Amino acid sequence: MLVQGIKSRPVYSGIKADPNAVRHLFVLEGEGALALLDQAATLGQDIRSKTEVLYASTGSKPREHGQKLAALDFHDYWEAPSVAVLLNRFGVMLGTAKMGIRIYISGTEGFIGQAVQMAIDHGIDHNSLMTEHRGSEARRVQCVHCKGITDNVRTSPFTCSHCGLPLLVRDHYSHRIGAFQGVNVDAEAPGTAPPPEELFP
Amino acid sequence: MSLTFKKETFRDDFSFRNSPASIRRFPFPFNEDKYMYAVNMEPHVPAGPPNHSYNKLIDVDEHFVAEMEDRAKVLKEDPLRYQALPHMMTAQWDTLELLMEQQAQGFPEHFSLDRDGDRWHWINRPMGIDRHFVFGDATTLPCEPFEFITRQAQGDFCIVDQRDGNLWMDAGMVTTQADWSLDFDVGMNFMEWHGPVPLAHQLGVFERALKFLLNLQQSKPVRRLNWTMTINPRLDTSPENYHKWGPDRATVTPENVGDKVHLRCELQSLWRLPRSNAILFVIRCYLIKMEELVTISKWARRFHRVLRDLPPELIDYKGLTRYRPVTVEWLSKFDDGAPTSPGIFPD
Repeated sequence: MLVQGIKSRPVYSGIKADPNAVRHLFVLEGEGALALLDQAATLGQDIRSKTEVLYASTGSKPREHGQKLAALDFHDYWEAPSVAVLLNRFGVMLGTAKMGIRIYISGTEGFIGQAVQMAIDHGIDHNSLMTEHRGSEARRVQCVHCKGITDNVRTSPFTCSHCGLPLLVRDHYSHRIGAFQGVNVDAEAPGTAPPPEELFP
Repeated sequence: MSLTFKKETFRDDFSFRNSPASIRRFPFPFNEDKYMYAVNMEPHVPAGPPNHSYNKLIDVDEHFVAEMEDRAKVLKEDPLRYQALPHMMTAQWDTLELLMEQQAQGFPEHFSLDRDGDRWHWINRPMGIDRHFVFGDATTLPCEPFEFITRQAQGDFCIVDQRDGNLWMDAGMVTTQADWSLDFDVGMNFMEWHGPVPLAHQLGVFERALKFLLNLQQSKPVRRLNWTMTINPRLDTSPENYHKWGPDRATVTPENVGDKVHLRCELQSLWRLPRSNAILFVIRCYLIKMEELVTISKWARRFHRVLRDLPPELIDYKGLTRYRPVTVEWLSKFDDGAPTSPGIFPD
């Protein structure tokens, strides 16, 4: 049921600390912590002393990535109780950020989408952001009908959490909205929606 | 020639019809008996037999007033159909100038534009609009300039910004679309907003089209035709309202094909804008009922063959699956197998 192979689908090329940056800001969620932990041993003191980390553990809490990040001697480490709180702080930091900052984002696609959107809203070209997908394949989807966004969508079709229509998840992605597009799956014959299929485990 | 504007609807009771003259001026989108995607662009210069929709570069026809009423209704229900990112204001004025100039030059009985420096006077007689304003000063208009003029011009309008070797969908007035969402696509680049189109990416169509458009020159607009089909003469076939118009696709029967099934043609024109270096993308939608289309024998034969032999990916993408077989069967009565003449115009 998935409409696949669409060119607007984002590509996450991986994150690697840029030695020329004057300040490094890692914005991480859940398993995204591993994108930094996996390369931490290779980062020199020079980079670590200029590195700030924002982290929301979400579903990865039992794996204690946060404690491992906190144990490293970064310039600053801050753990947010939720993604919404993390994004709020990220937005405030972007408001005062200067030239030379490098931003690295890692976590689920839905998290990356929201963080990228926050950066775009502050005038940052999304191509200058480094991103790495870690953790669940769950998607953030906007209902094209009511415009409501549903996070952590694991199936297609799924039920819009706002208007209740059964939606097919398309591989059409908007950086501005930070979400995939969901379209009513049984519009032509209401009541005939196929059963949900787990496509984004 | 003075136009008589029809009172008609594109929703509810669907009273839209084409007059016989309006049928003959329809921009029939097939120049041969088969169809596949191509970069089918040509210079947008006046062409075609007298009164054809190709005669004027911005076309106004008998449906003008009714289409503008329908647009106003769509915007009232869903203001997100009009969007313009903040850096597009210069391009908004470019667009207002272009559309006012073209409509006043092409249809002086109905529109006039007088300019004294920055002080402009615009009259749109069919809609009863008579407005003095200062060009470049948005406070002298009731709304943004792009919205002001595109509430008075047939077709959908997108303004694409050019930067970083790409084109960006940064403003639009989109109320008569073939199932794509401006609200979702605004801010996307050329490859992204064409993302969902099947086959054409593999054919290299979009790479060639983008290269071509990046080099589009001022005063040398280009055009192409695109098409799909719509059940009932509904202009607003938006994805936003798909759950409202989708059920129509299941209502086609052998008895009602002629009245319900419409060929929907988009006359697309692209114009380099002088101040902003953006491109205005005009997507003008024309509808024709099957029973109107078959009054032109050449079109009846050709459309039967095109629809019968369409590649499966296009049948699916254009949403024709449910009603194509019954429509092909109905059209076959009008195809005697005789050869058709080249080109799109009626014989």
